[in-house]
Amino acid sequence: MSIDLHHGRVEMNHGSGGRAMAQLIDELFARQFANDFLAQGNDGAMLPAPAGRLVMSTDSHVVSPLFFPGGNIGSLSVHGTVNDVAMMGARPLYLAASFILEEGFPLADLLRIVESMANAAVGAGVCIVTGDTKVVEKGKGDGVFITTTGVGVVRDGISLSGNQACPGDKVLLSGSIGEHGMAILSQREGLSFDSGVVSDSAPLNGLVEAMLDSGAQLRALRDPTRGGLATTLNELAKQSGVGMRLDEAAIPVRSAVSAACEFLGLDPCYIANEGKLVAICESRDADRLLAAMRGHPLGENAAIIGEVVDDRHGFVQMTTRMGGRRILDWLSGEPLPRIC
Amino acid sequence: MRYVDEFRDGELARHLAAAIGSEAKGTRRYHLMEFCGGHTHAISRYGLGDLLPPSVLMIHGPGCPVCVLPIGRIDQAIRLALEHRVTLCSYGDCLRVPASHGLSLLKAKAQGADVRMVYAVTDALELARRNPERQVVFLAIGFETTTPPTAVAVQQAKASGLKNFSVLCYHVLTPAAMHAILENPAGVQLDGFIGPAHVSTVIGSLSYEPFARDHGKPVVIAGFEPLDVMQAVLMLVRQINTGRAEVENEFTRAVTPEGNLKAQAIVNEVFELRDSFEWRGLGALPNSAVKLRPRYADFDAEARFGVGYVPVPDNKACECGAILRGEKRPQDCRIFGTACTPDRPVGSCMVSAEGACSAHYTYGRFQGPARANARGDMQ
Ligand code: SF4
Repeated sequence: MSIDLHHGRVEMNHGSGGRAMAQLIDELFARQFANDFLAQGNDGAMLPAPAGRLVMSTDSHVVSPLFFPGGNIGSLSVHGTVNDVAMMGARPLYLAASFILEEGFPLADLLRIVESMANAAVGAGVCIVTGDTKVVEKGKGDGVFITTTGVGVVRDGISLSGNQACPGDKVLLSGSIGEHGMAILSQREGLSFDSGVVSDSAPLNGLVEAMLDSGAQLRALRDPTRGGLATTLNELAKQSGVGMRLDEAAIPVRSAVSAACEFLGLDPCYIANEGKLVAICESRDADRLLAAMRGHPLGENAAIIGEVVDDRHGFVQMTTRMGGRRILDWLSGEPLPRIC
Repeated sequence: MRYVDEFRDGELARHLAAAIGSEAKGTRRYHLMEFCGGHTHAISRYGLGDLLPPSVLMIHGPGCPVCVLPIGRIDQAIRLALEHRVTLCSYGDCLRVPASHGLSLLKAKAQGADVRMVYAVTDALELARRNPERQVVFLAIGFETTTPPTAVAVQQAKASGLKNFSVLCYHVLTPAAMHAILENPAGVQLDGFIGPAHVSTVIGSLSYEPFARDHGKPVVIAGFEPLDVMQAVLMLVRQINTGRAEVENEFTRAVTPEGNLKAQAIVNEVFELRDSFEWRGLGALPNSAVKLRPRYADFDAEARFGVGYVPVPDNKACECGAILRGEKRPQDCRIFGTACTPDRPVGSCMVSAEGACSAHYTYGRFQGPARANARGDMQ
């Protein structure tokens, strides 16, 4: 008898290594992720070794709620790792996926999650080649946790790193910020409001390919996920021992996001993104890079938002839309809505 | 949804800045207090200080709900959570305020206390409904803006006979703090106030008449958007230049003379004045805070659990008191940015985003002390 994926629930024996687990793997994971590597059915996947240097990255995904406007934990777990690999200038090839499932979790929800992972993998041009499933007792997990690990290959001559930003370099952003975090926040218990904002979760490897193809001298790429744009820029400034000067008016923010931020007293620069990247590039190549980014669907709103400067404090400073100056500081604690 | 951009328009800001620059006389100083932490935050967040001429000095006021709670009040909440084992619900900012014995609500949580961050009092109410075996206490802080929702929650709890919900009521009143600042003869000399935004939607602009009439201080109520603040500064400069002292309302899109009468009625039904309440920096002020009326006494956590208030002096190095009175600025504190940072706050003003120290650290510390000294005449 096959598993009832529509009404069934995760049970302890789905993770115990016995027949129930084999069945869940066959009927759910293997069927959705279908590829030759997974079909080998072994403890590990045997993969052809590509020429050149490899990049490997891993990320654990814990998100509440599991389903949000614009995606779910499944698609997010693919995009997150694909993007981490791509930020190294690499073409992502393979993913491994580990699931920690909570006893009692509806299989129909798991199916939706796995389906969207499979779709996301196809969209990003990667194969999910191996995986693992564990089940924890009810109350000891939060539905589903997913860890994905990705491997990719870097083209010859490309070497991106966060410690390479030099004074004079330009800072580029691939599009409007704050959409993922705001989509999640608007669904949170106790804060539910309809912002109409949809997560920007997307695979950035295609955009990165286009940027590399432009021939612009790239120093570093980073995707501003948790902690948002501000955190990413501070990380880059610290790693490279430089400061930055930004122009707030140049940073794209959708009006629904700025309105929701205003309502909650939050700053979009600290809100998470899952489909945006920051690029640091040599000044003379900035326009060429910008044109390449704008030519890709995920970069059509790309902008040059500032430049790298010499600053022994490593301050990321911003000229506000009002014309005043401020620091765009590291986040301290969680961004919290205002009280009064 | 165009609302936000409309009020952040940089072009307009430059026009306002130019008007302030040409109308503010170079021969005098304009000491203007923005009462509210929301305004303090906006001024720092948008770098508005850069747009004002040197003669216009913005002085941060005490309008930050987390900042004005003295240590003893946080201790009281911690005792409830640690000793009485209640589920203590609080707004996020409150969790990090340093209390006695190196504790904070967050550290008490790490020690096993059941402390929950909530976004609204309704979350705490819901928690109580869903966990009838737990005593749920809401740490109710804030000025007149947050008092009505607390009042409604208490009414609902009473109506539904909820036995496991109570409120630790630290709601305070804006006009009382403004009086305290004006009536301190040794205190900061002010030429006018930027009046609160959200608070004024509840209490109305008429509440500020005594400051204009009896103290001769102009008050301009302003929204929290940067252009609101700039407009309010211009209106204050104009009043001062022409020798007027009036209550003007820049925030007419939300504030009426009488305020929100319905909200006031609900608050009045549930709460009554406390004889006295101690504020950080301002000391014990008469009629400056509210408590539950006797008919709602069952929902008063102080009474239910018998935890009294024990005053505790501030950390000696911390200048929060003087900052909340408008007498000092964050950069005047010797440990600002060194021993005291948002990640390791020593005083309450470094905790909340509306706190003056936090705002200056987060947005303005690139200015360093040089610029600060240029403004040092206010002490
Ligand atoms: S910097 Fe810290 S210690 Fe100093 S006044 Fe501000 S909050 Fe208090």
